[in-house]
Amino acid sequence: MSEPILVVRDLRACVNGKPILKGVDLTVYPGQVHAIMGPNGSGKSTLAQVLAGHEIYEVTGGEAIYCGKNLLEMKPEERAREGVFLAFQYPVEIPGLNNMEFLRAALNAIRKHRGLEEIDAFDFLNLVQERARRLGISEELLNRSLNVGFSGGEKKRNEILQLSILEPRLAILDETDSGLDIDALKAVAEGVNTMRSPERAFIVVTHYQRLLNYVVPDVVHIMYDGRIVQSGGKELAEELERRGYSWLEETVGSAR
Amino acid sequence: MATITQLESLLSQDYQFGFVTPIEEESTPPGLNEDIIRMISAKKHEPDWLLEWRLAAYRAWLQMEEPRWANVKYPPIDYQKIVYYAAPKSLSGKRPKSLDEVDPELLKTYEKLGIPLREQERLAGVAVDAVFDSVSVATTLKEKLEELGIIFCSFSEAVQRYPELVRKWLGTVVPYTDNFFAALNSAVFSDGSFCYVPKGVRCPVELSTYFRINAADTGQFERTLIIADEGAYVSYLEGCTAPRRDTNQLHAAVVELIALDNAEIRYSTVQNWYPGDREGRGGIYNFVTKRGKCLGKNSKISWTQLETGSAITWKYPSCILIGENSVGEFYSVAITTNRQQADTGTKMIHIGKNTRSTIVSKGIAAGYGQNTYRGLVKILKGAENARNFSQCDSLLIGDKCGAHTFPYLEVRNPTARVEHEATTSRIGEEQIFYCRQRGLSTEEAVSMIVNGFCKEVIRKLPMEFAVEAQKLLSIQLEGSVG
Repeated sequence: MSEPILVVRDLRACVNGKPILKGVDLTVYPGQVHAIMGPNGSGKSTLAQVLAGHEIYEVTGGEAIYCGKNLLEMKPEERAREGVFLAFQYPVEIPGLNNMEFLRAALNAIRKHRGLEEIDAFDFLNLVQERARRLGISEELLNRSLNVGFSGGEKKRNEILQLSILEPRLAILDETDSGLDIDALKAVAEGVNTMRSPERAFIVVTHYQRLLNYVVPDVVHIMYDGRIVQSGGKELAEELERRGYSWLEETVGSAR
Repeated sequence: MATITQLESLLSQDYQFGFVTPIEEESTPPGLNEDIIRMISAKKHEPDWLLEWRLAAYRAWLQMEEPRWANVKYPPIDYQKIVYYAAPKSLSGKRPKSLDEVDPELLKTYEKLGIPLREQERLAGVAVDAVFDSVSVATTLKEKLEELGIIFCSFSEAVQRYPELVRKWLGTVVPYTDNFFAALNSAVFSDGSFCYVPKGVRCPVELSTYFRINAADTGQFERTLIIADEGAYVSYLEGCTAPRRDTNQLHAAVVELIALDNAEIRYSTVQNWYPGDREGRGGIYNFVTKRGKCLGKNSKISWTQLETGSAITWKYPSCILIGENSVGEFYSVAITTNRQQADTGTKMIHIGKNTRSTIVSKGIAAGYGQNTYRGLVKILKGAENARNFSQCDSLLIGDKCGAHTFPYLEVRNPTARVEHEATTSRIGEEQIFYCRQRGLSTEEAVSMIVNGFCKEVIRKLPMEFAVEAQKLLSIQLEGSVG
């Protein structure tokens, strides 16, 4: 097997002094899709944010090695330029920042880091329009301020649009399925599936099994109280869906 | 939070124009009385009527109280400690006939400021009047403009050469009784620019005045008067800087614009007076009265301002729309960082029929900056079918700054249509983190957000200056990020 894209060992993190991650272990290989499931408050979104470098979280122990480099030492923008992408659970609105101009600046920052020239404006326009069409994003949304006045579904589609343009090596999807209707869910899933490749890996954080019907994972992890307590194939997600999180609490809770 | 600290340091970089020109200046003793006014008037060889006008203004000022309604805080100003006139010795008595006669230190100063006055280095398509403390150093392109009948010179020169024009229009838009600072200015104003564009002439170049305060403890009180005769067009821009000092300095200017039938005046300001240091020590008090009168039918006056400097800004460039179908516009970007305070906006007074006005105000506050928009839209009885559209947007960067909006509306004609839109948004850690997660540095992110936010207004600046303005914005936002 090839080198892993991401190795997380005993990762611990706090917010405002309160421990949230209490020793997470996770290894992700190129080409894989990992799903991370778990009840609210189990730490799944925190894991996503810590991997992306959000400074509100204090890492108190453990390590995260991304493509052989110490991820935790890198600034958020360096992680992004190196190919770590987080699709946000709640994409922020930024008035005045044109959606397409922002995306172009982001792409050029990443290209520059890779030693490539800035993308030609016309090539960029063609690229974005083509990808946007596939995701069902209107021209009008592309020209609006970033996420301003977007519906929940439009915001999530816009995240996937960015994902498809920025072409990361490791894409982390933080509850991208929450609040989506079935059409948006399918569009998002299709966007993700077309991005699957032997070089790229996905970590899909989700509360429900629903998205996993469309984006089929290679590995499913269950997070509980700041740790990954169980890992398995896609059938684990189905079992969890069938039996509910209370089952988890009984089994894991009593085992401790 | 790391990000907020970074944002703050980003927004509080050093002022680039804070140097002092080592030059000998002559000045009046500090303080204000009728003798000082007579002295200023005598230095300028002014006619009696002007001296009388100054003295009348001074007497009116003595009866007035300093306005306290603005949303700004500052300790009381001691008007007897201010020096009301200061000028380089080399310029005393007579103004140099050509640039060769100008003190090289002065020319160097303007070069350092990026405003070269010498022919070969000048910005093409721009005529510059350079005002240093209380006097005008030089006016470029003057002869070329005169061929077209356009008068563009220092105010002092206009008083000598075109006294009838000055006398006809001075104080007709902002009378000396208008307000405390306008009265003070009328009493002691020293120089400024004068412009007259004759009937049917479109001024082919941008006119601009560059104001520089150099001497310590002085106030700068310039006066600008622009008249666009029937069918004339002129675009004018002013820029301002001052040295870095620990004490506050007062700048109380008056600008009067007059547009006759079918005339158009575009007036742009890039204000970058010394803002004071991080703790709020020093900086310019920028208390300015600017007003335009659309006297003629179909006339238009458009104000565009980019306010980045000054410890305190108090100004409301306004339009009095008298002529039928006349148009008033106000486009503003005001940035306050560190301890800066701005209370700025406009007044649109609709008097004539079918008059229209547009207000677009963008306020940006960061650090402990306080940014207030204050605007009045007044539609009088006779203003049939008057229309106004106002948009006031505020952008807060960090969580210690403030933005305030005070729109006042007085409508006395039922056919009026008035629209007001306002938004407030905050750029905090989450927005910056989002941008960084996409590969942009904090610096790039803030610069993109701010530029995007101001775009609408920056676009209104004359092309030659739009680039400068953008540069100024990014300098304002540049700094050491962690």
